[in-house]
Parts: sequence; C-alpha cells; structure tokens
Amino acid sequence: MRIAEGRRPPARILRSRPGGVVPILVILAALLVLLTIRQPDFLAPPSLMSFLGRSAPIILLAAGQYFVIVSGEFDLSVGSLVTAQVVVAARLIDSEPSRTWPVIGLLLAFGAAVGLVNGLVTTRLGVPSFITTLGMFLILVGAVYLWSDGAPKGGLTEEFRRFGRRAFEDVPLVGRVPYALLVLLAVAGLAVLLTRSDFGRNLLAVGGNPRTAELSGVRVWRAKTMAFVVSGLAAAVAAILIGGYSGVSFQAGAGLEFGAITAVVLGGVALGGGRGSVAGAMLGALTLETLFALMNFYGVSGALKSTAQGAIILLAVAVPSVRSSSR
Amino acid sequence: MSDPLLALRGIGKSFLGVRVLEGVDLDVLPGEVHAIVGENGAGKSTLMKVVSGVYRPDEGAVELAGVPRTFSGPRDAQRAGIGIVHQEFNLLPERSVAENVYLGHEPVRRGLVDRKAMLVRTAALLASIGESSLPPGACVGRLGVARQQVVEIVKALALDARLLIMDEPTAALADHEVEQLYALVRRLQRQGIGVLYVSHRLREVFDLAGRITVLKDGRRVVTVDAADTSAGQLVRHMVGRELSGYYPGRAERDDPGPVRLVVRGGGNRKLRGVDLRLRAGEVLGVGGLRGSGRSALARALFGAAPFTTGQVTVDGAPVRLRSPRAAMRAGIAYVTEDRKGEGIVGGRSVLDNALLAGRAIRPAWFGRGARTARVRELLAAVDVRAAGEDQEIRFLSGGNQQKVVLARWLALGPGVLLFDEPTRGIDVGAKSAIHDLVRRLARDGAAVLMISSELPELLGMSDRIIVMRDGRIAGELPAGATEEDVLTLALGAVPAAA
Repeated sequence: MRIAEGRRPPARILRSRPGGVVPILVILAALLVLLTIRQPDFLAPPSLMSFLGRSAPIILLAAGQYFVIVSGEFDLSVGSLVTAQVVVAARLIDSEPSRTWPVIGLLLAFGAAVGLVNGLVTTRLGVPSFITTLGMFLILVGAVYLWSDGAPKGGLTEEFRRFGRRAFEDVPLVGRVPYALLVLLAVAGLAVLLTRSDFGRNLLAVGGNPRTAELSGVRVWRAKTMAFVVSGLAAAVAAILIGGYSGVSFQAGAGLEFGAITAVVLGGVALGGGRGSVAGAMLGALTLETLFALMNFYGVSGALKSTAQGAIILLAVAVPSVRSSSR
Repeated sequence: MSDPLLALRGIGKSFLGVRVLEGVDLDVLPGEVHAIVGENGAGKSTLMKVVSGVYRPDEGAVELAGVPRTFSGPRDAQRAGIGIVHQEFNLLPERSVAENVYLGHEPVRRGLVDRKAMLVRTAALLASIGESSLPPGACVGRLGVARQQVVEIVKALALDARLLIMDEPTAALADHEVEQLYALVRRLQRQGIGVLYVSHRLREVFDLAGRITVLKDGRRVVTVDAADTSAGQLVRHMVGRELSGYYPGRAERDDPGPVRLVVRGGGNRKLRGVDLRLRAGEVLGVGGLRGSGRSALARALFGAAPFTTGQVTVDGAPVRLRSPRAAMRAGIAYVTEDRKGEGIVGGRSVLDNALLAGRAIRPAWFGRGARTARVRELLAAVDVRAAGEDQEIRFLSGGNQQKVVLARWLALGPGVLLFDEPTRGIDVGAKSAIHDLVRRLARDGAAVLMISSELPELLGMSDRIIVMRDGRIAGELPAGATEEDVLTLALGAVPAAA
C-alpha cells in the first residue's frame, strides 16, 4: 500500500472521528468540572472510589450492550434479566453460605442461556431484536413474579453480597477500593480484548454491512448470537453486584436496559451497528452516572432521570444523521 | 407529418465527470412506437430517466408538444403527460386495481375518497384499452404478472399520459402474454399515444416499432425506419467501436493448465443446464445481457445462491457449494459487482476490510501478527493508494476499493477467482491496473472467470468467452471473437447468417 503524499493522519489516539472516544471524554471532563465546583471533594479518593463502585453495574451492562448494538441489534431484556437473576439467587441460596459459588455459576449460565435464546430467535427466526428482547423482558418479569409468588423469598449470603458492597480497606493513596471496581476492571479488560479479537472485528463488519460480511465468510447469525450471549453474561455479573449493593427486590434491574442503551449511544456507538468502541460505551455509562450525580447535587428531581436519558438518545441519534445528510 | 409529442434536443448528462449521454436527439410522434436499443451501458436507462424527470439533463432540452420543459421530478413529468412502466412494478399488492390506479390522486367528494367514482373511472379506462375483463375492485396481488402490467399502464393513463415509456415490458411475461401486450400497445397507438419502447429483444422491436434508435456509449448512432433495416444491421450499429485501451498480453503457453473447476448440469431458479470447465491459467470471459444469468452463475459457484442441481468438482474432487464458506474452503473467491452493497464495509478501515475473509475463515487468538503482515504485503502488492491503512474504505476511489477487496481474497490463496464486473465504476488508470492484476493471477496459475458487460474488456481480457442467455450458456467463442459475435449470441434473435 502506498501512503498518498500530503499530510499524515495524526496519531491514532488524538484523531477525532465518528465512533472515537474523544467527544465523550470532553463531555465527561466538563461534567466533572461542574461537579467539583458544587462538591469540591467529589474527586477525592473516598467519594470517587465509592462512586466508581456504584457505577460498576451500569458500566458492565453498557459493555455488554455494546456488543449487541455494534452488531446492529438491541438488547432490551437486560434490566429484567438483572431482576430475575437477583430474585433467583436469593431463593436458591436461601442464606446458605455453601451455595454461594454454585449459584454464581448458575447465574452466569442463566445469563448466557437468555442471551442464546435472544440471539437464536433474532437470527434464525428473523424476529427483529427489538421485539425479541422486548418479549424476553416481559417473559422474565412475569416468570419471576410467578416463580416467587409475588414476593422475593430466601436471602443472599454475605459471601455473595461482598462483591457489591465490600472493599479493600486501607489501600495506600486511594484508601478504599470496592470489590465492584476490581470486578469492573477485570471485565472491562476482557471486553476490550474481545473487541480486538477476530470475533470483535467480525462483529463490527457484521454491523457495518451484513451482506459483505456474509459474502466474506462470516457466519453473521453466529456472530450476532454470540453478542447476545455476551450481553447476557454481562447482565449476570451486573446482577451479582447489584444484589450485593442494594439487596433483593423486584425493582433491582428496573430501567437498566435503557440506561445501558443511552450510555452506549452517548459513548459514540452508532445505533444500527458497525461503529464505535467498547471503551466509548463504558465511558458513556460513567458519563451518564456523573450526569445523574450532578443532577442530584444541583437538586434536580430524580424523576427527570428518564427524561434526560430520552433526550440523550434522541440527540445522539439525530445529530450524526443531520451531520451526514448535510455532507 | 404531425408534430412530435416529445422531442429531445442534444441531451447530455454526466455523472461525476463520466459522460453517460452526449448530444442525443430523438422524437416520438403521436401514435408511434419508437424503440431504443443498445448494449448494456449504452445510456438507455439514463435517457429514460431524463425523459421521465428523474434526472435533469446537463445539456439540451426536452420538448413536449413543442414546448421546452424542465421537470422538477418524476411527479412533475407525470403531470405533464409522461407515463412510465418500469420493469419492476410499483404496485401495492394488498390494494385494489382502482386504488392503485388512483394512488395519490384519488377522486374526492366532501373531503373523503369517492370510491364509487374511482371504480367507475377505472372501469372506463380499462374498457378504453379493451381490458374490461379486469375487475377494478380486484386485489392487485392476486393478479398475474401480465394483468399487473395492465394496471401499471392504466395508472399512467389515469394521469392522461400521452407518452408512455415501457422499459423491457416483456421481460417478465410468458410467450402468450406477449401477444396480448402487443395488442394492447397497438390499441394505445390508435388512441394517439406515443410509446418509447426499450427492449433487448430485437424480435419485439421489429414486431412493434415504427422507428428504431440505436444508442452506443451515450450517443445516438442512428435512427432508422424498422422497415428499412434488419437485425444484423442493428447489431452492427450497436458494436464496432475501436479497441482503444491497452489489454495485457494473454498467457502464451502451449499446454493449457490442468482443469480446476468443472460444472455438469448446474441449475437453480435462475440457471439451467450449465456445463463448464475452467482451467488453471486461463481467463474465461462471461458475456450476456443483464439478467441473462451471468451473475447468477458466479453466485452459484460462490454458494451465495447455490446450484440446486448438477455436480461441481474442484481440482478433481467433488464439492458442494452450499454457502460462501463452503466455496471459500474449496478455494473459490468472488469479487462482486455491487462493491458498495456487498463488497466492502464502508465504515471500516482499509486493513479491516482486507482482513475480513481471513478472520472469518481462520479465526485465531495467536499468530495474528503474521496474518496481518501478510495482508499488508498484499495491499502493497496490489498497489492500494490510501491515506493509511486506518482510513475508512468509503473514502477511497472505486479502483482502490476494488484492490482492497482483491487483497482480501488473495489472503486466502484461492485457486479459482470469480470477477463480476471487476472494473465497473472505476477510472481508466485503475482499470488497466485491475486488468493487469487479473492477468497476473491467471499467469500465476489461478483459474479466472470474469463477467463483463463491457465488450472491449471481455474481448481484450478473455482466453475464451461463454455467452449467457435466459439462464443458459448460449454458446462459446474463442479468443479472436468480435463484439458482433458476442452480441449475436447474447440477443439470440439474430439469425446466424446475419
């Protein structure tokens, strides 16, 4: 290949292009500035660490949702999947410590299975994923109510809950490091590795142009199904953290699917697929949480959360399409 | 002689600097059927789009009944009395005949659609062209193709069309239905409606047309009275351009290479009885009109629209080409004609696009560096010009995109390469680079099958040529064949003695 004469493109990290992480970093920085003006010690280690720990579940869900969205689909089932996982975990563990690890294994399998069904129904039966996962959402909500006779039963053990609410204490420099943050870092590392793998690159091609991908030998249905499985697994990990942090309730995962989609879109990932990075998606989730914290500190009603999410989704989709149509 | 309904004066049109029409003059008289013929890419469809208001001409004027007109769009042209019946119908299958005919301009009474008036008027229109057996209330989706076509024509008449453009109107019809269409066209003629008739089928052209205009390379070659010419003469007008451009020399080997690919009795929905042998080291050209089965052949060999009958062997071993993956495993690669739609992933980088097939077929966690290095070498070998390997491929020229696609396939080391219109939409310089690459691959032992609508390219590149017609191989020609030979086989209607 010849590099055309003229300017060389700037270094990879600095290039701002559609799907890059530069815009979301700018937004995040701006929000953090506003936040520290109001709450000067927000960025100090104790509060920052606990903020990051609390944000871990939505960041995990955004990472999972990224794989689905970048392949050109949606996963609306993750919120109710989280709820189902938490309720199921409480009933199966039933405050018996020895059951903790087997149940965690079961939750991961459960998440993967739900993703597998979502993926197969979407790709093999040709049901639009919006409908498939909406259906799965409703099925899980109903099934959980039915299974627990209308009220959560059993209880979680301390072994289970520590991932969501305990921390390493007395760490030099930062003080307290929540387990949730470590789980997040580990999963985030895996997610980044996955996007750089052949699977991740193929997934971007599938979302960008499924015809081309198919004719280049990519099994489009398999790649998309795998993406749903990844999203289901991410929901399982998020559920473990949420169950630990906030306990068992039918509201445990309420609204998280929209939070995750908003975060992904905010992070510069194109709805419709083919464009964006998992780092952007996770930064999008962090930005969204920062925005909510900001609203909280400035005394804005929590009821406006969903309004803010809706506005972000509409803007994030409308702005690029206006830009590209005026090109 | 009556004044022409439609007169085109010196129509010129370019796309992105490529001239598709140049100085075309043409007129249609009331009650006349004027046929337009020409090989693929001669400019017929662009000309029709100029007349029907889809494109605005860069030069020249469209006059309707002596008045120069500029159409703001297809609707504007319709209101001015120009109707068009496309090869693909634009009908709502779930609605009735009358609703389709008056779609968008329904008769209204007190603010509501006047269904009764709509049915009555549709019935009257149908009667006026002798089609009163077609019930106006019938659901269009349940009608046969021929009657749907009648609905399309009536749709145009409901807008008082005085000029009707018919684009390959018999392509979808059975033989007996063609006769009915003839009768219908003659009735339209008697009503004083002028018809601009585009068709590849010369027999129809002679059956219906009063005058025939031959287009070639966007120019009008000649307009003749049908009575004063013959099919052979028309074909000679359609071809006969000087073989400009340079084509790389053919392999001058005495012994032809071993047979790589054999198809016996291959068939599917679009193909019948295909027998084919492809040798290592040769370029087999595939000619034929659009829709003749050329692309269907390539797609069948690549497993994208597989053969349902027949046997295929690659290097002597029987293979089942059920999917692109199966074909790729058998060492077959396919460069599609629809580069943007299914050849590239526009939003991904040059490197990602070039790595696509290798990643899909041989996914790996380790040793990816060597694979990437190999693809980089290939990108250099095919001489891709880009700002960098991270540049999104959509910003590259067509020729460079095509080279990236080629590098993607070469990474798999294919023994059989299928090219469908490899140089469509590619500028002259990159075109000869692609030609050189194709030739070089053949010389290095690949078996190449190359489809081309461009006769000079087909003749200049091929060691042998097969010509497709109606899903079959109509005949085979040696390297020294002429454009006329190819077109004669492709059109089929011309007697061998012409």
